[in-house]
Amino acid sequence: MPSALRAGFRRGDGLLGLVVWGVAIATLGLFSWVVGDVGLRGVSELSIAFLRESPADAGRAGGIAPILVSTGLILLVCLTAAIPIGVGAAALLAEFTRTDGALGRTVRVSLDVLSGVPSIVFGLFGNVFFCVTLGLGFSIVSGGLTLACMVLPLVIRATEEGFRSVPDEIRQGAAALGFSRASTFAKLLLPAALPGLGVGLALGIGRALAETAALLFTSGYVDRMPTSLSDSGRALSIHIYDLAMNVTGGEPRACATALVLVAVLVTANMAAASLTTRASSASGIR
Amino acid sequence: MSPSTKDALLIALLRACAVAAAAVVVLIVAFVARDSWPALRDIGIVRFLSDDWSPTGADPGFGIMPMLVATLVTSAGAITLATPLGIASAVFAHFYAPRGLAVLLRRVMELLAGIPSVVYGLWGLVVLVPLLLRFAPPGQSVLAGTLVLTVMILPTVALMADVALAAVPAPTLQAAHALALPRHAIALKVAVPAARSGIVTGIVLAAGRAVGETMAVLMVCGNVVKLPTSVFDPVRTLTANIALEMGYALADHRAALFVSGLCLLLMWMALASTAGLVRGGRHA
Repeated sequence: MPSALRAGFRRGDGLLGLVVWGVAIATLGLFSWVVGDVGLRGVSELSIAFLRESPADAGRAGGIAPILVSTGLILLVCLTAAIPIGVGAAALLAEFTRTDGALGRTVRVSLDVLSGVPSIVFGLFGNVFFCVTLGLGFSIVSGGLTLACMVLPLVIRATEEGFRSVPDEIRQGAAALGFSRASTFAKLLLPAALPGLGVGLALGIGRALAETAALLFTSGYVDRMPTSLSDSGRALSIHIYDLAMNVTGGEPRACATALVLVAVLVTANMAAASLTTRASSASGIR
Repeated sequence: MSPSTKDALLIALLRACAVAAAAVVVLIVAFVARDSWPALRDIGIVRFLSDDWSPTGADPGFGIMPMLVATLVTSAGAITLATPLGIASAVFAHFYAPRGLAVLLRRVMELLAGIPSVVYGLWGLVVLVPLLLRFAPPGQSVLAGTLVLTVMILPTVALMADVALAAVPAPTLQAAHALALPRHAIALKVAVPAARSGIVTGIVLAAGRAVGETMAVLMVCGNVVKLPTSVFDPVRTLTANIALEMGYALADHRAALFVSGLCLLLMWMALASTAGLVRGGRHA
């Protein structure tokens, strides 16, 4: 665009420019305020010992080692359940059913609804279904399975994109070579769809680690080191909530725990971003 | 095993996975409805709307009205604030920002979207509430809840608006440029209207997130069961009520909490269907 025209444009839109610049700067400022304020309050409490010790005095002293372990185990249960079902469902949707068929539509509608169900409702469901009906009690398994239900839509959607980004030439080539659909799927499509699964996993891990309300009545509050998956275990997010709301003087430790949680989440987020870039550049072959 | 049996087996297995995934939401509705049923049958919908909330008293009351109002008021406030801010931020990224800054803003929005609600709640509790306390005690209030929710849903509105603006066809914008429209007119009169449906979807998703949010409002709203008369009054939302009382609720009390859960579920479904979000083949 000629610069004279550009200058003409500028005169007319000073007001909107002012507004949107203001909003953008305020947003960046807000982000620094939230992360900075919580971070500054927490950073002085951080140490290697904080990560390696058990909490003492209701969390005011000691560290978060058992909570890190419980969080890891809940995540492990969640992914162990969500990955196979998610990949299977995504493969069906992308490769083995018509997009406008009855099964495909039904599955998509239910996943769309599922993706917005409030987390406290997941908590209620997890409590009555996993803890009571299946008899798993307040345990890491119950919490992990509840989170698996929650992250399924994320995992399925991203993995489905992964399958869809595989060029058709691969399927046609495999068919021309007389591959069965099963071996085309296992040897060619599945490996090619892995970046999509990676994106889904990173997003799912982010959502699972951030979750609090769904864990209140499923994996519980116990802050001891878990000895098995049927023990109750306290997740990082629950620890933050408990320290902030139920423990007088627990705020600095709550902020320190929040800092640890946000650090883990930012790592997951960056992994998702780099995988998305890689996945979209891979699909660019087409 | 012959290749065709293998194929049939594989497809059966994948179909089972898909059915299992689809069944989750059905199970959720079924179990929440099942555990609400005793309360709906014995107490009745009228008392849920007219009673006080005193579920453990000698003459128990199960009115969820004050909490329903609290949920609606805080969510509506947050949507009202986040919508113009989110759209402005997306307009900035597309029409005003130097390229580097637009990318930075997008990354920051993605990071903000990923921050756990409990951390927003913690920030609200240790930073925002003490700040409000100085001007209008008790600090924990409708206003605190609304502000924290606004911060939480802003990234959803902004990122969806950003995607919708990016999808506006280039010829539309080129035509506007060819008419020598000023930049603000291109942004507000051409691009935003063209991106309307995507922007509305983002707002609806954000509304769903605000209505269903538990931890942040639980930590900053004060949790007093009372109809608010001003934005400085403490309130308790439906979600916070479930989180606070589910631990010790028995019999009718527990069923009444499941009724609140059912309400939340129905509100989300209503929101999702108004936006035409649930259409099935939209990935096609």
